[in-house]
Amino acid sequence: MLRILNRIVRTGTLTEPPDAAPLETLGIEVRRRLDARFAGSLAIRHVDAGSCNGCELELHALGNPYYDLERFGIRFVASPRHADALLVTGVVSRHMQAALLDAWQAMAAPKLVIAAGACACDGGEFGCSYASAGAVDRVLPVDVRIPGCPPAPAVLLRGLLAALGRSR
Amino acid sequence: MNTPSPTLRQVLAAALGRAAGPSAAAAPEPARAVDVQVCEWAVAGAALAQAGARFAGLWVDHGVHPWQALALFARDGEYLLLRAALEDAAAPALPSLGAYYAAAVRIECGCADLLGVRFEGLADTRRWLRHRAWSEQEHPLRAPPVPRARTPGDTDYPFATVHGDAVHEVPVGPIHAGTIEPGHFRFAAVGEQVLRLELRLGWAHRGVQALAAGRDSAGLLRLAARVSGDSAVAHAWAAAMALERAAGATVPPRALALRALLLERERVANHLGDAGGIANDVGFSFAQMQFGALRERWQRRSAALFGHRLLFDVLVAGGVRGDLDTDGMAALLADHRELRAVLAPLTDIVLDHPSLDDRLIGAGVLSAADARALGCLGFVGRASAQDLDLRRDAPHAPYDTLAVRVPVYTQGDVAARLRVRLDEIQVSLELMDALLAQLPAGPVAASWQAPAGGGAGLGMVEGWRGETLAWVRLDAAGRVACYVPRDPSVFNWPALERLLPGNIVADFPVCNKSVNGSYAGHDL
Repeated sequence: MLRILNRIVRTGTLTEPPDAAPLETLGIEVRRRLDARFAGSLAIRHVDAGSCNGCELELHALGNPYYDLERFGIRFVASPRHADALLVTGVVSRHMQAALLDAWQAMAAPKLVIAAGACACDGGEFGCSYASAGAVDRVLPVDVRIPGCPPAPAVLLRGLLAALGRSR
Repeated sequence: MNTPSPTLRQVLAAALGRAAGPSAAAAPEPARAVDVQVCEWAVAGAALAQAGARFAGLWVDHGVHPWQALALFARDGEYLLLRAALEDAAAPALPSLGAYYAAAVRIECGCADLLGVRFEGLADTRRWLRHRAWSEQEHPLRAPPVPRARTPGDTDYPFATVHGDAVHEVPVGPIHAGTIEPGHFRFAAVGEQVLRLELRLGWAHRGVQALAAGRDSAGLLRLAARVSGDSAVAHAWAAAMALERAAGATVPPRALALRALLLERERVANHLGDAGGIANDVGFSFAQMQFGALRERWQRRSAALFGHRLLFDVLVAGGVRGDLDTDGMAALLADHRELRAVLAPLTDIVLDHPSLDDRLIGAGVLSAADARALGCLGFVGRASAQDLDLRRDAPHAPYDTLAVRVPVYTQGDVAARLRVRLDEIQVSLELMDALLAQLPAGPVAASWQAPAGGGAGLGMVEGWRGETLAWVRLDAAGRVACYVPRDPSVFNWPALERLLPGNIVADFPVCNKSVNGSYAGHDL
């Protein structure tokens, strides 16, 4: 126990203040709606619809001490029924299309769809093919797009904060 | 003294009753190619299995006429590539190797789904990579099927059922509780105890092989980096090596050293992440946060010096994209010192903590016999007594000048798989220090020239998950005619089915994390 406490004290606080850059990519309208409807807290159900796992690694990083996502009231939940937002990574592989739609339909309205990463935003390297239905907006209405291959955690964080309608 | 055991080529010659030589076409290094008839395929497979060769992959090159079936075998650093022409273009058929190599079955199922090759005697005739996006009569790599507006879910896959009064089934996936890739696991359990696990993969099938066709070298390497995003360097290097072998190109020594540095950086980043993930799956969040912070700093350095946090797109055909200056080298050496200093007390805690020991030791045991039978690679194999590492056993430059220590354990449990990872971080730090100490001068890339008249090559590197392969065939115009990446996960996924029975359902996440197969790398 002492070894653990010693390590914790030596590590100190690594958490960084969020980047306060303005969030131009988001419509004011979306922000206002979110503020009103989700009361400053956002529960996210993530679905990998055909990603290479790059976006997932960066989503994981949001939980590390440098970003500490949950301090903003944003958390990942296991059930779509608990979720305000569906965060989709990857192109929508045709094999995942039905599962993705099931998850979306299980969510209570109002619900947001966030497309994270180049594949989810515009098809990226994989696009549309016999195996892939392409970008998320070919399957679901998308409210927020976070580009990048993959988006770095700071970019994801900014995008999610934008979705939350809270800019500091 | 012992007489030396015959080489795999001699084994094959004896089995076939003739000299097993390469064809007139150049043998793709580093594996020695042996051409056989389709009718000799099973005899060859049986003889190689009998001789103790490991099965390391099977694929069909559809970029050449007639199609060519290829299977790779290895023993003690000797690689043998079996080749057979599939003369009957309308109804290509090949004997199944499943009777000799268990891991061949699903690979053959996938090959049948994509190309319509019929594997005679294949024990499992269910669809594998095919769900409902195309019909049994369609074969995407022959002619792209016309997609439907909405693909139905694959709800009636015939899982093997376990009968008994108290047996219940637990279906999990394709969407999981956490932030991970899609896959389906079907448990048969009695109470909490798992009797049987069956995997259903293929959800992340993105059509990588079809997308590769017609690309140039830069386009191919972009795709390769995204076969499995956690193995961007491994797959890109394997693909680049295949391209370079197809073209007979030489890569400058500095570029090779930098590639190895990048590959080891990828290994360290993933092992740090996994060590935290394994701890987290048994509720030890302290270690998760500590390892997560180390990984974050590591990724930030990758972004600062190489331009990408996950090292995407850092390789080019003939070399690497950017150079490393002396400031960068100094920063890396300082990072290595710091990581060693922080890891020492952290490793002490993780390997000697009663509540962790209680969950990790004895959980998810993969026997050495199962690991061997399945051809398990990387840390999964090495935790179960499989003393394999391409960097040591069949080293390509620059590993041929480095001494690579290979940690091997025999316990085969989650704790052993964690221990291999922690040891490998230390080995990678040694290797990176050595690479930086003797970094050759000179250019970081040779100018790339696609081979006139086309060609094919096999690339092999020891990625962080294990031996990672790429087969590339270029057409006469220098465009990709066939690209087949083979992720080590193909051989490690089946291990999960063997190591889980007897454990409780609630220990599945930590067992799964300890194996950490790539869904995307498997599904392609």
